[in-house]
Amino acid sequence: MSEATERRAAWAAELKLVASSRDAAAFARLFSHFAPRVKAFLMKSGADAAMAEECAQDVMATVWHKAASFDPARASAATWIFTIARNRRIDMLRRERRPEPEDLTWGPEAEPDQEDALTMQQETERLSVAIASLPEKQRVLIERAYFGDLSHSEIAEATGLPLGTIKSRIRMALERLRHRMSQEGVRE
Amino acid sequence: MIRHHLNDELLMAYSAGTLPEAFSLVVAAHVSLCDTCRARLEGFDAVGGAVLDGIGDGIDLSAGALEATMARIAAMERDGAPAVPRPAARRNAVLPGPLRDYVGGDLEAVRWRPVGGGVRQAILPTSESASVRLLHIPAGTAVPDHSHGGLELTLVLQGAFRDEHDRFGPGDVEIATPDVHHTPVAEPGPDCICLAATDAPLRFSGWLPRLAQPFVKI
Repeated sequence: MSEATERRAAWAAELKLVASSRDAAAFARLFSHFAPRVKAFLMKSGADAAMAEECAQDVMATVWHKAASFDPARASAATWIFTIARNRRIDMLRRERRPEPEDLTWGPEAEPDQEDALTMQQETERLSVAIASLPEKQRVLIERAYFGDLSHSEIAEATGLPLGTIKSRIRMALERLRHRMSQEGVRE
Repeated sequence: MIRHHLNDELLMAYSAGTLPEAFSLVVAAHVSLCDTCRARLEGFDAVGGAVLDGIGDGIDLSAGALEATMARIAAMERDGAPAVPRPAARRNAVLPGPLRDYVGGDLEAVRWRPVGGGVRQAILPTSESASVRLLHIPAGTAVPDHSHGGLELTLVLQGAFRDEHDRFGPGDVEIATPDVHHTPVAEPGPDCICLAATDAPLRFSGWLPRLAQPFVKI
């Protein structure tokens, strides 16, 4: 298991401790890694420092309360926390509802499969590596799309790139990511 | 069998949280019905997670932020944390969960308004950057020819329609850009019920619907 995959497994384990035994030390470790990232994410989305700080604390409080609904076989800790931060941002900057798909769960939650959870952590690691190795111009556009309250046309305005160029760069970036993710047994 | 899916652009924007509420509702409704797009959406969320995780250090929280957060958690536990349940799946419902939340129930709760030609609609309350409505089109009926000023998403919930380009059955989503002119016709069989979102007012070519437009708020 690579070091990065181990670290991801550790975040998932901390979340489980928060869910099962309200473990404040585990939460503090999650907090020191994720809270600054959530704050930076919200600032890149256009919030000022004070508002981003306020919302980052709010997001982390939600992480505490909803830890039991985290499923390590379906998402990494970072992905799960991203969805909470994103929803908080929609609420904060746009003040509108976000319709969510139906939940898949039927009946009581089964204990997440250890093997599925490990696969998820490895896939997540591969995705991070794949994103980091995108050509700079493509990577920046992917990041802006996720930080954004920037639509494609607003990115076009801010960067001076034609809308078609932005769309095709994002399309190329996604193709590259898909290609990397579909290669069997990628070298670690 | 769903044949017409959401495209990357829509799934990515929904994952990033940048779609107008009306379009988000169509995406959430389609994903509720389509396991393929649910898996793709989880992939886009994972990209968001990697972007979040990849933000370098450099931004710090204020001193005492952890303690302040723990105090916040304690206060929320005292007051009872507000639970926001995700819509549950329900068997035999025509409307997917997120849509039932907007309507306040399944089909029987929809407050239809006639728009002419036997077609009925119900506009759902969303933020104003785009609009979304349910359409009820009697089997065999044509929806008047119209062009689109913007992006239009149409999700079939019951029945099917066919236009010059293709056939769209339950769960299929049609993505129409401004250059598309089409005349959808509901197929024989059960009446066609669709969820349609647009970021521009529809322009009907026939004079009668155009005359009615200001009154029926299409």
